[in-house]
Amino acid sequence: MTAHAPTRVARGWDYTLRIRLRLWWRALAELGYELWQRPFVLMGGVIVALFILAAIFADQITIHDPTRGTLLLRFEPPAWEAEGNWKYLLGTDDQGRDLLTRIIFGTRVSLAVGLLSVAISVFVGTALGALAGYYRGWLDEILSRFADLLLAFPFLIFAIGVMAFLGPGFVNLIMALAFKGWVEFYRLVRGEVLAERTKEYVDGARVAGQSDAAIIASEILPNVIQSVFVLGTLRLGYMIIMEASLSFLGLGIQPPTPAWGSMVSSGRDYLLTAWWVSTFPGLALLLLVVAINVFGEGLRDILDPRLKIE
Amino acid sequence: MGSLSTAFGSLGIIMKAVKILERVLTTIPIMFGVAIIVFFFIRLTPGDPVDIMLGRSAAATQREIEQLRQQFHLDEPLHVQLGYFLGDALRGNLGYSYIRNKPVIDLLTERLPATIEMTLGALFISLIIALPIGILSAVRQNSLLDRMSMAGAFLGISMPGFWLGIILILFFAVRLQVLPAQGRLSYDVPLQEVTGLYVLDSLLTGNGRALEDSLKHLFLPSLTLGAGVAAIIARVLRSSMLEVLRSDYIKLARAKGASEWGVVMKHALRNALIPTITVVGLQVGVLLGGNMIVETVFSWPGLGRLVVDAIFNRDFPLIQGAVMIYAITFVLTNLVVDILYTYLNPKITL
Repeated sequence: MTAHAPTRVARGWDYTLRIRLRLWWRALAELGYELWQRPFVLMGGVIVALFILAAIFADQITIHDPTRGTLLLRFEPPAWEAEGNWKYLLGTDDQGRDLLTRIIFGTRVSLAVGLLSVAISVFVGTALGALAGYYRGWLDEILSRFADLLLAFPFLIFAIGVMAFLGPGFVNLIMALAFKGWVEFYRLVRGEVLAERTKEYVDGARVAGQSDAAIIASEILPNVIQSVFVLGTLRLGYMIIMEASLSFLGLGIQPPTPAWGSMVSSGRDYLLTAWWVSTFPGLALLLLVVAINVFGEGLRDILDPRLKIE
Repeated sequence: MGSLSTAFGSLGIIMKAVKILERVLTTIPIMFGVAIIVFFFIRLTPGDPVDIMLGRSAAATQREIEQLRQQFHLDEPLHVQLGYFLGDALRGNLGYSYIRNKPVIDLLTERLPATIEMTLGALFISLIIALPIGILSAVRQNSLLDRMSMAGAFLGISMPGFWLGIILILFFAVRLQVLPAQGRLSYDVPLQEVTGLYVLDSLLTGNGRALEDSLKHLFLPSLTLGAGVAAIIARVLRSSMLEVLRSDYIKLARAKGASEWGVVMKHALRNALIPTITVVGLQVGVLLGGNMIVETVFSWPGLGRLVVDAIFNRDFPLIQGAVMIYAITFVLTNLVVDILYTYLNPKITL
């Protein structure tokens, strides 16, 4: 054996890992560059990041109690109105609680429910989609028929139906959203895996003696993961609106925990006298969802131009 | 030659008919599947559903409890329960609401017209907004109008319906006081019901005052419900118009000297509408789900309010029945859309 012959033994797993890492790093750098070229998309990302920071540091950046108010201070108008008070920037609600504080704390519910329900949907959908697409057969038949069935239900109606029977609460809310949410990821991953599995690199890996699990996890999925990531970002805004809608109907997060949907709902009774109670939590919701969608669509244009809408 | 092309033509029609029939048949297993999933909803409740349903009224008699158990066939094995459920559903029996003391199907059909009226209103408004915007933004791509419309559409897609409704109430009902904030008709306006669709009824009975009043009541809810759908339709229509406008047959039409208006409206729009119709069909699901929210915001006495009330009364048979009706409506709408698509699309012939 000559000295310069490449041997797989000498260059072990740490070598492949290093190459992988370098490739990932390069992809990330390219993504950063593309983002820099698109100021709107970048701004969307920054706003989302700010919301995440606000959710994490809610305790540190607020001075009022989010759940306990002073009834003497009911319906203080926003600070810039004639009788406004700068201590309560966006005014107070029917129980004299600071609206801004509650909106900041409400970020936690929206992001937690949104991120967790998307994460579960991604995990379940990707795993089942990869299995169904790779092995086909009866597993694929059963899962795909079940997915078709779930698609026969409008999303919100299904979630409302499930919540009605499960009862309200944080965990139930996530379950109700993920129960149907995985279907889209399943269909995406299954389709992509179906297309990938006949390609040469998969045959190569099989000839090299890799197990099915290794082929799916380390050969096929890395090629699919970008599309999943893009879809996940775009679904996040939708899930956050669904959570807020359920909380608005009284089926989601229960008071006194601040959630934007239930805050908008509680302000409905005072529209004639205190417009701000319903307006601002909804505005926060709109801002977050717009930012997520701008970021998600930008990401899609960069990573997955096939799906681009002109 | 003439007879040959007619023969091919009728063959094409037969092939289309077969395709449509196939599509109709696929809905049957889906309907069954929907019913089975709805049946299992009751299993999601922690504990005994009958105990939970009667939990609030301590005065529930033993007889009521027995009646409820009998309705759900809770003492029988699961597959027998499912058999009863599906058999009843096939006969149009969706159970009995003990809270309201009425068969579920009656409760649903009572409320259906109000929901249909609002859904049609929303669909109408969304098309009125989306068609011109979608066409004009494609024709004047990258113009100011295009950019503003697409920014507006982006906002519409991200807009939570319940909040938009409240903002519209704040503006039109509280501040300007020009439109009512709730209900379908003012209390002092008499109207004889014929179909249950108030706008149609006032037209049928020649009741001008009721027509104006019901339209005023219908406007804000329909706008709220239709805004998001309008945004999506406008975007899809625009992008498929852009694609069509670049194709060869449009160039040919222009070369033949057709007017720009004729090219856009006759040649381009007809083809751009085909993918758009599919999207409209899918949006019906959004409209149905949005109904519950918008009906709650505007105290609209439709199906959605009924379901929301049923949830808080733990009226399980009513919830199951309503979810089933919603899903079946959705499945049937998509069926109609697919048929329309097959019918409109010249590519699907032989």
